[in-house]
Amino acid sequence: MDRGTHLRGLIDALPFSKALGMRLEESGDGRAVVSLPYDARLVGDPRSGVIHGGAVSALMDTCCGTAVMTVPDGSGITATLDLRIDYMRPARKGARIVCEAICYHTTRTVAFVRATATEADGGEVTPVASAVGAFTFEKRGAGQ
Amino acid sequence: MRQQPEPVQVVKERRDRALHALVQGVPYITFLGIEFDRRGDELTAILPYRDTHIGNPLLPALHGGAIASFLEVTAIIGLGWSILWEQIESGAVDAAAIGPESLPRQPKTIDMTVDFLRTGLPRDAYARARVNRSGRRYSSVHVEAWQDNRARPFAQATGHFLMPAHE
Repeated sequence: MDRGTHLRGLIDALPFSKALGMRLEESGDGRAVVSLPYDARLVGDPRSGVIHGGAVSALMDTCCGTAVMTVPDGSGITATLDLRIDYMRPARKGARIVCEAICYHTTRTVAFVRATATEADGGEVTPVASAVGAFTFEKRGAGQ
Repeated sequence: MRQQPEPVQVVKERRDRALHALVQGVPYITFLGIEFDRRGDELTAILPYRDTHIGNPLLPALHGGAIASFLEVTAIIGLGWSILWEQIESGAVDAAAIGPESLPRQPKTIDMTVDFLRTGLPRDAYARARVNRSGRRYSSVHVEAWQDNRARPFAQATGHFLMPAHE
């Protein structure tokens, strides 16, 4: 199995992320990049065609969780404890959203993550949204 | 002379029509399958279980993103409904004339903090929003979601929203 197939498999194993059309672009060493293509079914405001904040939250949550799963000495299993999302501006209609998450610290039991979501194609550099979260964490081989 | 109260079907029709317009216009609500149960002005959001809401198939457990989405939808509809309720009941907005295309502008999410208290089980979930403050510019809304027991929420969230006139 090549690396691309393996990466896609990670997200396809999460039914909700798969249903939203998310794709894992990169991951490793406590970092992950996940993208969400524009889809009319995910629209929150039909007049502007802007994607619903909830779908952006789901992207951020998936990306943060994936970053935790790739921490080298981690068990690869995690769950969200809390997630705060700031919506800086609406994503343009039709734009694919790309989220990058970094697990910047872990203790024996908790992983701390931050993430930024931007538009994939387009000159706009201001992020669409940013997030910080705490996730459950377990070192590999611990407690078994 | 005392004014006669409106017939029950007139009151219900107006309120149900307004709620329907608020909810039906949002594709993402349909995508998730979220429904709203109305008792007077109180709304209960329902997330009927679907296999596509799962995050971890091994447990299985609802996806954190599905839960966050459910809470955010409940908060924004709850806030939008509290505004629309005043407008239709006072007569400022004619409920008979509103549809998804002619709704008053809706609040926009500024931020949302989601607290995952317990694993979301593979079954229906319910949520209610409480508008803790509704100001001219900003609002703060709290949401609680539960499954089997109302007293044991499995997730809660607080969100801040920008009110429609101040975009």
